[in-house]
Amino acid sequence: MRSLTVNAALAAVLLQGCVTINIYFPAAAAEKAADKIIDEVWQLKKPGEPAAPSSNAPQSR
Amino acid sequence: MRIENIARLGWLALLLLLAGNAWAQANLEVNTPAVAALQSSMQKRHAALASFYGNGAVGLTRDGFVALRDANAVPLAQRQQVNGLVAAENQDRSALYREIARANSKPEWENDIRTTFAQRWIDKAQGGWYYQNNAGAWTRK
Repeated sequence: MRSLTVNAALAAVLLQGCVTINIYFPAAAAEKAADKIIDEVWQLKKPGEPAAPSSNAPQSR
Repeated sequence: MRIENIARLGWLALLLLLAGNAWAQANLEVNTPAVAALQSSMQKRHAALASFYGNGAVGLTRDGFVALRDANAVPLAQRQQVNGLVAAENQDRSALYREIARANSKPEWENDIRTTFAQRWIDKAQGGWYYQNNAGAWTRK
């Protein structure tokens, strides 16, 4: 009975760890998303040019 | 035997959770119909709001919204219109932050998302526009 309680406590601690990891706010991703939306709303990108230069060449390879 | 299976299932769940988490950090989901609708509504309104940003009547707040900063910069006949624009814009912005959090199944991120947007709106604002600095004071960019 006691070992069951210990196991349950251990499980609770582990789960807590998971939850803590999982609610970490992805600040960089949020900034990227915000930039994309703000550029649209305020029309900061000229209509002719693509949103990102990454579309025209695989430069990094 | 049964406990072993439960443990195995537990590990699987943990791995899935971590994988999902890693994906979520790489990208934030914003491609939903609701986000697109809000975006287009705000984009249309911006044509009307831009001149009020320009003359300092409306400014960007530090908490991700807009506010009437200087009513005197607005001719009496247009005050009603500005108030309406500000209210509608803030309604859309509030819905946008909530919707992005919801689209990522993280309603608790709404405040962080709002704070991130607040900073980016200000960073991308045109020179001459007003924004609230960290102390809440209106500052001309």
